[in-house]
Amino acid sequence: MKKNPSVVIIDYGVGNTYSVANAIRFLGYNKIRVSDHQNDIRDADAIILPGVGAFDEAVRNLKSRMLHDILGENALVLKKPLLGICVGMQLLAEGSEENGWNEGLNWIPGKVKKLELDPSFAVPQVGWNNIVFSKQDPLFTRTPDQPNFYFDHSYHFETTNDHRIAWCDYGIEVTAAVQKDNIFGVQFHPEKSQTNGLKLFRGFLNSI
Amino acid sequence: MLKKRITANLVVKNGLVVQSIGFRKYLPVGKPSVAIEFLNQWGIDEIIMTDISASSNGKGPDFNLIRNSTKKCFVPLTIGGGITHVDHIKELMQCGADKISLNQSALNKPELITEAAHIFGNQCVVVSIDGISTENGYRVYDYLNKKVTSFTPGKFALENQQLGAGEILINSVDRDGSYLGYDLKLIDEVCNQVNIPVIACGGAKNANDMIEALKLTSASAISAGNFFHFTEHSVNITKAIIKKELDVRIETHANYAESMFDSNFRLLKKEDQLLEQLLYLHIEKEII
Repeated sequence: MKKNPSVVIIDYGVGNTYSVANAIRFLGYNKIRVSDHQNDIRDADAIILPGVGAFDEAVRNLKSRMLHDILGENALVLKKPLLGICVGMQLLAEGSEENGWNEGLNWIPGKVKKLELDPSFAVPQVGWNNIVFSKQDPLFTRTPDQPNFYFDHSYHFETTNDHRIAWCDYGIEVTAAVQKDNIFGVQFHPEKSQTNGLKLFRGFLNSI
Repeated sequence: MLKKRITANLVVKNGLVVQSIGFRKYLPVGKPSVAIEFLNQWGIDEIIMTDISASSNGKGPDFNLIRNSTKKCFVPLTIGGGITHVDHIKELMQCGADKISLNQSALNKPELITEAAHIFGNQCVVVSIDGISTENGYRVYDYLNKKVTSFTPGKFALENQQLGAGEILINSVDRDGSYLGYDLKLIDEVCNQVNIPVIACGGAKNANDMIEALKLTSASAISAGNFFHFTEHSVNITKAIIKKELDVRIETHANYAESMFDSNFRLLKKEDQLLEQLLYLHIEKEII
């Protein structure tokens, strides 16, 4: 465990970066950068890919800021822990059908698809839902069993059971969290899930 | 399962949270930053902050006020008031907003809804509709120009959903600040038209009104403003009462699960013997 690791929150124009930074700062970390600069990403111990946005717009912004290669180098080669939030998690997939098919980073197998549910379920899924996790360490080491998190999404990541580490019940089993080695993704918003969210960030940053 | 949401509606006027009565009268409550921090600690599910002076003075959102108010907000925050351009939304996202709510723009510049949904996703765009009852049924009310429009709330909500709205906040002008309970017919009219989540607002007096609105309509959230401001732990106490009948999230340390209430939902005093025991109960501060 590294004491006070440096964290870069990737600013790619569609994230609620300030909320994420606030949550991590509240936990006592002070080496936080909200940035899209290559050097800041190189200097960081951990990377957070926040997200409030549409998939195609997010992909376009990653491309126009030339973040594909630097993120790949740091996450896949240097194996720095990376946490994708909401659309930031969906970017880890092969691609998404939001606003037409767009390719993602393709780091975790699976596709992002529209929530096709019984009409009694409103789409987007908005609100607090409890999740069931199959892998506790490191994201859920501090949260209670079946913790509540805040979801706000119309699309979901259909991935393999190997990579899905948590799901929630919304008529179907919706992927709530994914992991492949040092790469993590959560569909919900830990920065907006009160104590449980803060505990998740603590677990993630303690894994460094 | 997805929980029903209990949300707080903060109306801000000239930098202060105010109590709003019938869209006409406003009484000062206090600083937004304090209101947000308290609601957050009491376990509110979501906060909607609407700056009603931002539209009328034409200056757009007060970014500094929002940035300074949101530092201790770890629940979703929707910001409304004075948003007329996508750049406003971009900036708000960097000030602590997680969603935005459009009211005047929905009436005057509907293309902004589509544009915002395209960039930020429809889950980020809340359209807030003020409904008023007239002789010919409900109509959408334009609070800025103080005029009743020809739109019906249900159809207007559906149009906004088609334009890209991800949620509808329906507020009742007649019930605003009245403590008469929610306008269930108005809420129904909107819920029956859309299949995006609906937040009902206006008129709540106590937890019973909230239970009624959540049980009798298909609203996925209820909102109250005035009602939460004036009592300590108002949110956890309300949720403890609602929890007896509906699935809501209650994860605060003080959860009032064992508490008794009188018919007005005031906390009843516990047995002396129990209070005696609590006196020496050591509660560890939770370390996150």
